[in-house]
Amino acid sequence: MAEVSIERESAELGGSSALGSRLHTVRMPSRPSMWASVRRQPLALTGLVIIIIFSLIAIFGRYLAPYGPTEQFSKHILEAPSRQFLMGTDEFGRDILTRMLYGSRVSFQVGFISVGLAGSVGIVLGLIAGYLGGWVDNVLVLLMDVIWAFPAVLLAIVFITTRGNNLTNAMIAIAIVYMPTFMRVVRGATLAIRQTTYVEAAVATGVSTPRILARHVFPNVTAPLIVHASLNFAAAVLAEASLSFLGLGNKPPNPSWGSMVASSYGFLQQAPWAAIFPGTAIALVVLGFNLLGDGLRDALDPRLRNAAGAEK
Amino acid sequence: MLQFILRRVLLLIPILFGVSVITFMLVRSLPGDPATVAIGVDQRITPEQRELVRKSYGLDQSKPVQYVKWMQHVVTGDLGKSLRTKRPLTTELKLRLPVTVELTLLAGLLGIIPALSVGVLAAIKRNSAADYAATVVTLLGISAPSFLVAILLILLFSYHLKWLPPVGYEKFTVDPVKNLKGMIMPAISLALPFAAVMMRNTRSAVLEVINQEYVRVARAKGLSGSRVLTRHILPNSALPIITIGGIQLAGLLGGTVIIEQIFGLPGLGRYIYDAIRNRDYPVVQGVTLVLATIFVTVSMLVDILYAVVDPRLRRA
Repeated sequence: MAEVSIERESAELGGSSALGSRLHTVRMPSRPSMWASVRRQPLALTGLVIIIIFSLIAIFGRYLAPYGPTEQFSKHILEAPSRQFLMGTDEFGRDILTRMLYGSRVSFQVGFISVGLAGSVGIVLGLIAGYLGGWVDNVLVLLMDVIWAFPAVLLAIVFITTRGNNLTNAMIAIAIVYMPTFMRVVRGATLAIRQTTYVEAAVATGVSTPRILARHVFPNVTAPLIVHASLNFAAAVLAEASLSFLGLGNKPPNPSWGSMVASSYGFLQQAPWAAIFPGTAIALVVLGFNLLGDGLRDALDPRLRNAAGAEK
Repeated sequence: MLQFILRRVLLLIPILFGVSVITFMLVRSLPGDPATVAIGVDQRITPEQRELVRKSYGLDQSKPVQYVKWMQHVVTGDLGKSLRTKRPLTTELKLRLPVTVELTLLAGLLGIIPALSVGVLAAIKRNSAADYAATVVTLLGISAPSFLVAILLILLFSYHLKWLPPVGYEKFTVDPVKNLKGMIMPAISLALPFAAVMMRNTRSAVLEVINQEYVRVARAKGLSGSRVLTRHILPNSALPIITIGGIQLAGLLGGTVIIEQIFGLPGLGRYIYDAIRNRDYPVVQGVTLVLATIFVTVSMLVDILYAVVDPRLRRA
């Protein structure tokens, strides 16, 4: 994974300095940078802002927390939000704001690791399947179809139950569930790129297959991949919340937003805030990544860009 | 056409084979001795008696032999018996599958109607207030976890307005009104993310078509707006909507695990969740296989429908 990204960077550097200066005037305009794409999309920008705020909370939140995450105030059980407890307290008299701040890390951790894991395996398999074709492609696609046939939540539940109920296994389970989607995206893009003249040229000049995949194919599938990774991050956060809502993955009394909603469920009528605050936090983070992914997709899809231009 | 359908049906065999192998392997690696579950945790028995129980369930044989035996039974329609209740799975399925199917179909119905109408409207009136409103609703629907929606519904309709019971189930044949009262909130919780995805896809599918030359030609030759919509735009944007709709609808089955748990519905989702917790492996294995089979069959039917609607795909 690291090697691939280094190669991509050097490819980009080479493209902008040596090739770019000579060919730029003749050939197509360069693709707008990610940042330029995001900036033009108000919704994507909103998403990015939400993500940045929550990332900062995940990193620094625990230092701002007024109390300890498992500190119990036995005289303040299920209390409504007040000046002392800004988001109220739960059934053990623990400060909900503090637990929210600590719990944010779980969501981001699961998002990053699951998407990273699903992505790296999915990308490699997708490149291989799409580029080699033939029986390799058939076998890999069948394998993905098999994984895809299981209801996602169910596969994750069974996996966690058999491998042990902890956060690591929850992250692996989520990665397994979403890996086929990465493979599908990369495979589709690779199929199209395989037909291009520059790949043909690379084959003709005797470039090895792994090198073609890393330097000629992979850099050209990054655009759909980034969109997919962003949307998948949202899905992973949602999946972790659902699993810990069912009592899988995160171990209480450790705070995770999903398990906070679950444990407050029994006291819904007396203390709705105990469920609503963490539930809303989940929805907001997921919304942020969905907005960013959607916005990037619109910005990177040349057809949509043309369609928008034609209307004016 | 027939050849296409045949090939697609035959593809089910390797997929279902893979599904059954993975299910079997995963379930057999559940920690704990199945014999303990069968006997009951609190019962004290001698090792000899335990061996006898293991033998009666075929647990003394090797894993591949167990798998083949299981498959032999499944093919003849025998999914095995629950270790705990000793009741055959097929009996339980007859009771529980209708609950889950009703929930899924109700959710599908509640989701698809607003999704299609608002999705088409948002595409036709692109960048209007209606379009932005639809976008916002869509994003909220995709982002809110179904259990949060369920909790908010319970808070509003059960505790605040006191219109609907927070939990409870009655068979449709016994009391249809009570049945629907118990089903409506779970169905909405399940339907919201589904509706959001469908609305987004409908919008982009219609947008894809709306700028095509033939639509412009249809307008230019003087067809009315509604006729252009029903004759040219909708048939051509139906394909991606059908595909995603079918897969999403089948995907709702997985969501029932959480929703049935919250609302206490006696469906398949809750059954399998309880079975996993109790290490009742024949149930886990059988129900997983049933759910996966439903999912795979639906996506096969979607593919075939796709080919029926679009003749270009038949040759591919």
